[in-house]
This record gives sequence, C-alpha cells and structure tokens, in this order.
Amino acid sequence: MSCLSIKHLRCHHIGPIELEIAGGQCISFSGPSGAGKSILLRAIIDLIPNQGEVSFNDQAREQMRASDWRKMVGLLPAESFWWCDRVAAHFPALTEQHLNWFTELGFDSQVLDWEVSRCSTGERQRLSLLRLLCHGPKVLLLDEPTANLDRDSTAKVEKIIAEYKQQHQCPVIWVSHDQQQVKRVAEQHYVLEQDGQLQKVAV
Amino acid sequence: MNVIPLTALDLSVAAGLVVLLAILSIAMQLGVGKRIIIAAIRTTAQLMLIGLVLKTLFDRAHPAWVLLLAIVMLSVAGYEVMARQKRSFGGWWGYGLGTLSMFVSSFTIALFVLIAVINVDPWYKPQYAIPLLGMMLGNTMTGVALSLDRLTTGAYEKRGLIEAQLILGYEWRPAIAEIVRESVRVGLMPMINAMAAAGIVSLPGMMTGQILGGSPPMEAVKYQILIMFMIAAGTGFASMGAVWLGARHLFDDRLRLRLDRLKEGSS
Repeated sequence: MSCLSIKHLRCHHIGPIELEIAGGQCISFSGPSGAGKSILLRAIIDLIPNQGEVSFNDQAREQMRASDWRKMVGLLPAESFWWCDRVAAHFPALTEQHLNWFTELGFDSQVLDWEVSRCSTGERQRLSLLRLLCHGPKVLLLDEPTANLDRDSTAKVEKIIAEYKQQHQCPVIWVSHDQQQVKRVAEQHYVLEQDGQLQKVAV
Repeated sequence: MNVIPLTALDLSVAAGLVVLLAILSIAMQLGVGKRIIIAAIRTTAQLMLIGLVLKTLFDRAHPAWVLLLAIVMLSVAGYEVMARQKRSFGGWWGYGLGTLSMFVSSFTIALFVLIAVINVDPWYKPQYAIPLLGMMLGNTMTGVALSLDRLTTGAYEKRGLIEAQLILGYEWRPAIAEIVRESVRVGLMPMINAMAAAGIVSLPGMMTGQILGGSPPMEAVKYQILIMFMIAAGTGFASMGAVWLGARHLFDDRLRLRLDRLKEGSS
C-alpha cells in the first residue's frame, strides 16, 4: 500500500508536523494566508532547508537523490513559472493518455506551439497541472490548483485529478480556501494555524 | 631604445588638463569633480609606487620577490571582483571564488607563456613576468567580475524559473544552464570586442608603449597579438571556472537553490 509519511517535520515556524496519507486518499489544507501552507509543501519536497523525516512507501527521501524524490512527489505551486518560450518545450514526450488530458482540459493539440507569454493566467494554471501530471508523479501536492479558474474549468480540473489519483493510487494534499471544494475533493481536513500547528477539523 | 625623458613640468602640464576637466565638471554640477581629482591622485601615487617597486625588483631579481608582488596583485584583484558584484557570495566564497579562478587561470597561462612561448631566462625575470601578469590579471578581473555578477543577479531574479525546474525533478545543471551560458558570454564580450577592434579603432596600450620606446612596429605587433591571445584565454577560462563553481555553490547537496548564500544587494 503506497503511503506518504511525515514525521516531526519542522521548517521556519512550522511544525512539528505529523501526517500519514494513504494511497488514493486526499486531505485538504486550509488556513489563513501567511500561515505557511506553501512553505510546508516546499519542505515536503525538500526544496527548502527543513528538519524531520518524510518517506514514501517506507523509502526515506534521504535514501534517494533529491531529483528522484521530486520526480516522485510532485508539487503544483500556486504560481507557475515557464523557462522556455513555447509550451511544448516544458513537456516530456507525450503519450495518447497525455493528449487525452489536454482535450479534457479544453486544449487542442495546437496548444503546444503556443507562446507561454500569450497564455492567460487560467490557461497557464491548467497547463502547469498538465505539465506536472505528464511527468508522472506518484504523490500530488496541489497548492490552490483552481485559484484562477472559472466554475467550468474548476470542475474539469477536479475530475482529472480525481481520475489520476484513482488510477495511480496517489496520496494527495490539496490546499484550498474554498469550503465547498474541500468537501468535494478531500476525505480529511486540516487547518494550518498562524502558530505553525496543523489541526484536524471537521467540515 | 631611447625614450625622450619626461620632466616633472611635462607631467604638471598634463595634470593641468585633468584639473581643468574637474573644474568644468564642478561648474556643470556633474557630481564627479571630486572623484576625478581623487582618482587622478590615486593613479599618480599608485603608479609612482609601483615604479619604485619595479625599480627595486629589477635590480635584484629574486623569484620570492616576484611571487610576493604577484600575490599582492592577485589579492587586490580578488577584492575588486567581489566589490564589483551587486550580490556576491557571503563568507569566504565571496572573496575566494573569483580569486581562485583568476589564480589558476592567470598564473598558469602567464607561466606557460614565460617558459614555453617567450623562453625568458630566468623564467621569473621581472621585466617580463610582472607586466605580463599585470595585464592578464587586469583583464581577467573585469571578465570574472562581470560573469559572477550576471550569475548571482540572474539566479536571484530568475529563482522562480530555476525552482520550477527543480520541482519537476531536474538536476541543477539544466535548471541554471541558460544563466550560466549568459554569464560566461557577458564575461567574454569585452575581450572579444577588444580583439575585433584592435588596430583599427584602437591601438592597444602595450603596443603603443613599445613603439614609443623605440621597438620596431612589427615586433610590437607580435607581442600585442601574443598578449591578446593570453588575455582572451585567461579571461575565458577564469570566467568559465568561476561561473561553474559559483553555479554549483548556488545549490546544496539536496539540490535546493540557496540564495541565502548570497549577500544582500548593495550597490
């Protein structure tokens, strides 16, 4: 059974955080802005200095190269960055499955030739989710994946993530401020307080 | 070789021109009048001092003295490289990175040219060793300072792009490759431009000096070509070395972009 396990994780003022997320399970994070939700996600993928143990399937992150850990534990940051001019350059070789996702999110295959700078904020947010999924992570850490989307696109994004989670039996952490969304997508709910403690709550 | 000796009066006339420039700058409120005077005084004092040092050195050529002067020149160049960066590395890295790459590149090439190309005997003969090293260090310093400045500011300004790639599991090399290329290119530009313009737009200082000193123009030109190649190679290798080491040090062993290793931007 795949499982993301976090023990005594500390970073800045946050923690210690204790958390176990089973494969196919989704938990939500909410809390006041500035409480450090993004920092916590960045600490889990080891992108910033932090203390504590994080492992996936009983394999500690220190046992593998940092790059391999991040290929496995995929983070979708709240703000997406693009380092090449064209959309296509940010994607690995695409399979049939990948192209289906593009269609589901409302893009045709021409999108790959687009210039990133011409895409709207919403388009970039959906493309950045596709970029993450096409790299094939086994854990999803999603930082407000639908913040800039209308209701229609939000529903499509939620559907695609649910399918991916189901298909790969991924543990998922979903940061959201939307109470309705949190109820739709997650089974357990946590609030990260200003003091850096994670509290389990009922929604 | 017979140079017409310059008297104190000759230099005073030239100094008068600089004073005139300074007075004009103050009148126009350019805010650089004082700095012109200070810089002119510095150049006089520093050059007089090095003149005395070289005179002493030429009288008793000993490798230890040559080495000592070389180390002093290197230390000052290392400090200049650090001071010219908006965000240099903190701690020993800030000073050591530029200094080390300049040391390896300039000293190796200067030694190689002294021993294998010009065949100076003895190899440390100060009349050759010190001016060669001085020209190498002066130019390498500019190149390394430009490169490192571009590297650290580039990493700071494009941290989002770099981290976006690290997040997807990329190694540090591809994540910072574009900035590395750009940094080395920036460091090499002055030297490439100098080589391209040499002889048409500008007559390089060393060649001019030799011709004034009475050397046949073709001899002066050959030396100038040698120096240009030395400087190009020295600047290029030093910039590449410094940028590669610097880029590596921007990431830690867990592949995190560590901008906290840079000092706050000042200038």
